[in-house]
Amino acid sequence: MSTSSARIRTGAAHPTPRAPVRRRRLSAAERRRATAAYLFLAPFFIVFLVMLVVPLGYSGYLSLFETKLVGGTAFTGLENYLTAVTDPTFLAGVGRMGLFLVVQVPVMLGLALFLALALDSGRARGGGVLRLVYFVPYAVPGVVATMMWGYLYGRDFGPIAQLFDAFGASPPDFLAPGTVLGSMMNIVTWEYVGYNMVIMYAALRTVPGELMEAAAIDGAGAFRQAWSIKIPAIRPAIVLTVIFSIIGTFQLFNEPSLLQALAPSAISNGFTPNFYAYNLAFVNQDVNYAAAVAFLLGLVIAAISYIVQLRVNRAGAAS
Amino acid sequence: MNLTRRSAAQLLAGSAVTGLALAACSDGSNNETAAPVSSADAEKALNTETQLTYWTWVPDIDKEVALFQEKYPKIKVKVENVGQGLAHYQKVRTALKSKEGAPDVVQIEYQYIPSFTVTDSLLDLAPLGATDLAGDYVGWVWEQVSHDDAVWAIPQDTGPMGNLYRSDILERAGITTPPETWDDYATAAATVRSATGSYISNFPTNDPAQIVGLLWQAGVKPFGYDGGQGVTIAVNSPDAKKVLAYWQDLIQRDLVSVDADFNDAFYQGLNSGKYAGWLTAAWAPVFLQGTVEKTKGLWRAAPLPQWSAGQNASGNWGGSSNAVLATTGNRIAAYELAKWINNDDASTLMLAQEQSLFPASTAVLEDTTFTGQAVDFFGGQQVNKLFSDISNTVDTDFQWLPFTDYAYSQFNDIVGKAIGAKGDLSVALDSWQAALEKYAKDQGFSLNG
Repeated sequence: MSTSSARIRTGAAHPTPRAPVRRRRLSAAERRRATAAYLFLAPFFIVFLVMLVVPLGYSGYLSLFETKLVGGTAFTGLENYLTAVTDPTFLAGVGRMGLFLVVQVPVMLGLALFLALALDSGRARGGGVLRLVYFVPYAVPGVVATMMWGYLYGRDFGPIAQLFDAFGASPPDFLAPGTVLGSMMNIVTWEYVGYNMVIMYAALRTVPGELMEAAAIDGAGAFRQAWSIKIPAIRPAIVLTVIFSIIGTFQLFNEPSLLQALAPSAISNGFTPNFYAYNLAFVNQDVNYAAAVAFLLGLVIAAISYIVQLRVNRAGAAS
Repeated sequence: MNLTRRSAAQLLAGSAVTGLALAACSDGSNNETAAPVSSADAEKALNTETQLTYWTWVPDIDKEVALFQEKYPKIKVKVENVGQGLAHYQKVRTALKSKEGAPDVVQIEYQYIPSFTVTDSLLDLAPLGATDLAGDYVGWVWEQVSHDDAVWAIPQDTGPMGNLYRSDILERAGITTPPETWDDYATAAATVRSATGSYISNFPTNDPAQIVGLLWQAGVKPFGYDGGQGVTIAVNSPDAKKVLAYWQDLIQRDLVSVDADFNDAFYQGLNSGKYAGWLTAAWAPVFLQGTVEKTKGLWRAAPLPQWSAGQNASGNWGGSSNAVLATTGNRIAAYELAKWINNDDASTLMLAQEQSLFPASTAVLEDTTFTGQAVDFFGGQQVNKLFSDISNTVDTDFQWLPFTDYAYSQFNDIVGKAIGAKGDLSVALDSWQAALEKYAKDQGFSLNG
């Protein structure tokens, strides 16, 4: 790696005589402008460095050690990572989130796409108001949303349970071990449909009108237009929402940590990998292992996001 | 490339050494404080300008602190509430780890004291004169804060357990006196369930503290810590299994509910009469008055049912102390503050009457202005008197593990889950035991028989 980059650098520094590249000197004004640009960029890089790179480096460093309550700290290399890849709790959490990803994300994004297309078609009256209504759940903080749904799901006194009781039916238990994941999917869908819809809708607005006119003249109906023109045109926006959803799914934290108070026997401390890392660090007092789990989780997210992006791009190139 | 790899390795090796050195430092941090402190030293420290930080979740404790400052105007105390329960301990541990911003005096529940002594985070108060205070507290409470010759904290409040019940619901089922033995309790549970539809009480899926309190009452010793590297873990002992088998039977016959406690559904259940009673602690009478006000006058308090007739034993659930962190720069002033708040007559009475903390101090427990109070919520019953008497029946010899957080979280994941699923609690206790043993070994402890 170092040799090839060095060659490139030499190539630039010693131009061949036949094609002389004159090094253009920056004028004073240009130099000032360049300094200004760096000054404007500096806050980002400082925050990026202090808030992301340094903590990341530090937790990577921590993950290479083992601290025992009795016996102190010792360097253990990659042992924490080896433990994590065979840790049934961690793997179960990742598996659970895999299921979440496969079921919840398509439902949520399908719904968001449908709503975005419906709004874009201009057939619904009061589009602006509808847009806001769909978006409102996203404006509700995740913690508040989870508590609200926790109340709605309530086994004895929740409104849904009471409704069932009123009709003499036995109410479903939304917080039982077998159903709680589905209940969480519902909360997350409710929260993020509007958000994803707004991204897709914004992308739809940039599809050139002439294209649609041409399609209409060629006799394409609304569905044909949506399927063959609009959706391919906003592919990058859809990919963006997919990637965001993958990251969001694996980082699920608020929902399990808040619902645990209502359904402790359905939600264990390792319910999601992120929640597991938190409990490892602050309940088990094992910061080193928690750092390793968090790092590994980051790798899983990066890998899945990358694979998805690659496949989508390839599919895009093929069509 | 080679160069970077080597320097990275050096960096890592270097930091490993630093880590070890730091660990070694913290091991020895208590040594310098071992010298005894004379009253002249104390006098001098209390008359020196000092700034103390006190982390506590007790509401309005500023009032007691104000009394302290009236007496020692040179000492400025900053009272901070950084959260309650796990959030509080997380912040204390983080501050200790970062070696910055840790308070001088800190609130700690009894069951968490060993988890701080194992990391040498608490100051031994014995050289400061704390040993003299032993006689001022109920015997079992003093055992909770001291070990061998060391005193780790000053007791503040406690939670001896009793049986709070709804007299109206029990009367509807024809029960006029509270069950005296656990056998009576099981019979009463069946009667209450069939006559009124209520559960005699709830057996929570997420409250190891309550269940450990019930084990405590039965004389079970699930945990032990020798103060060094040795721990005792016996959560699946035959005695412990016997107690849980009793509850398993009630659970399976649907005579007790298995809801999570301290959430809205639980409060609704107390309010609506879903639960006809609650096996709880001395702090609960005040707690109930705040949460289920509309059932005022219907409640009564009694001692816990006993394992054999005529026995008189109880366990403890909750309560906390004030400890001084080893990192403090003002150990004498910090100790005096912790002592004063929990030992001064005016302050301890105020804690009992204004903050409604159930006292650990024998002076208050014997004070008729406290015990003589007739409580309307309990139909005029002298609840404080009842719990004062119960306080003397708590087994003194009960210990904790130096990793209660882990033990409790595993309880919820393993035993709590089995309770919720109405599964086999004996098997669950075995798994809990295995999980605790593994953790103890991983953390470098040795297991004592």
